[in-house]
Amino acid sequence: MNATNSTNEVRRRSDHQGPGEGEVHDLGERLRRADTADDVAALVDAALRRADAEGLVDVGWVVEDTPIGPLTLAATSTGVVRIGFGHEELMLDELASEVSPRVVHLPARLDAVRRELEEYFAGRRRSFDVPVDRRLSRGYRRAVLEALSREVPYGQTVSYKELAERTGNPNASRAVGSAMATNPIPIVVPCHRVLRTGGALGGYGGGLDTKVWLLRHEGALLG
Amino acid sequence: MPVTLPPFQSLLDSHAPDLHRFLVAAVGAHDGDDLFQETVISALRSYPGLRHADNLRGWLFTIAHRKIIDQARRRVRQAVPAGDPPEVPHLDADRLVDVELWDAVRRLPPKQRSAVVQRYLLDRPYAEIAAVIGSSEDAARQNVRAGLQRLRQEVTP
Repeated sequence: MNATNSTNEVRRRSDHQGPGEGEVHDLGERLRRADTADDVAALVDAALRRADAEGLVDVGWVVEDTPIGPLTLAATSTGVVRIGFGHEELMLDELASEVSPRVVHLPARLDAVRRELEEYFAGRRRSFDVPVDRRLSRGYRRAVLEALSREVPYGQTVSYKELAERTGNPNASRAVGSAMATNPIPIVVPCHRVLRTGGALGGYGGGLDTKVWLLRHEGALLG
Repeated sequence: MPVTLPPFQSLLDSHAPDLHRFLVAAVGAHDGDDLFQETVISALRSYPGLRHADNLRGWLFTIAHRKIIDQARRRVRQAVPAGDPPEVPHLDADRLVDVELWDAVRRLPPKQRSAVVQRYLLDRPYAEIAAVIGSSEDAARQNVRAGLQRLRQEVTP
């Protein structure tokens, strides 16, 4: 803001001396001084709500504070399409190229998943009922993530190998690992419940601390 | 290869304040708010069809400029019969200082109005103004000059 203003100041002093403009110097100054004091954010929100009612918002997002830090939540009209750890600028760019560039801040679109996450973090919810949009995962990865949602409930864990077996591909532990690593909807699709054979933690997109926090929260990990 | 457009939100983050100032200055606070929302909605509607992402600010302002022109045409069609007092746009004195001047700006023909506001309130170069109002750079200069000329006659120094 300051940088922009000072750039403008410099331009204002040097840039308006073209032919025929010197004589209107005072008028120009008066025009430049005039300004609006307004709340554009509220107007933008109102416009986006209207646009949403007309079906023009393909992806709505919001940042939600949780006990494991801020989460960026995004949903299409079908359901929750992406959850990112932190304030994910990159995530919005990806959604713009992979789903639609009509990506806007639309908290109302995420009301249901925010409520369910709040209940989950408060220990009052053990599974998620909000609709999800799985379009960002395909093929075997998608099948594995669907099996995970279906078969590994709150408080339980499974190994990469077991999950591979349950999806009919006993030798696909590695592919299961990459399905978990690329899970577009962590927490709601519970990839934190997948561990290495023998109980080692494996990896987690949100960081191992977060994986440990979630497993402890669900009582799957003691201490 | 399809064009990569940034999330629409990033356009709003970068340009919404200027876009709103532009519209409020050109048509008044109340109508400015309305045209601002209409501009955002129209832009969102056509955004995925854009073939390039070179000048998204200019694209947004072109949509806003057309809203100003359309509104002026509607006003002409709905013009009050001669003899009635001229319609003066409602102005909230808190939102724009120098009410006399801005009243005069709003009596300018819409193209001049748009050009003057872009030049002086938003400090834009003529090349950009020309692109927004769909004219040559010379014509953009001419619109600004003519607008100022007329303002000089109408406002007390």
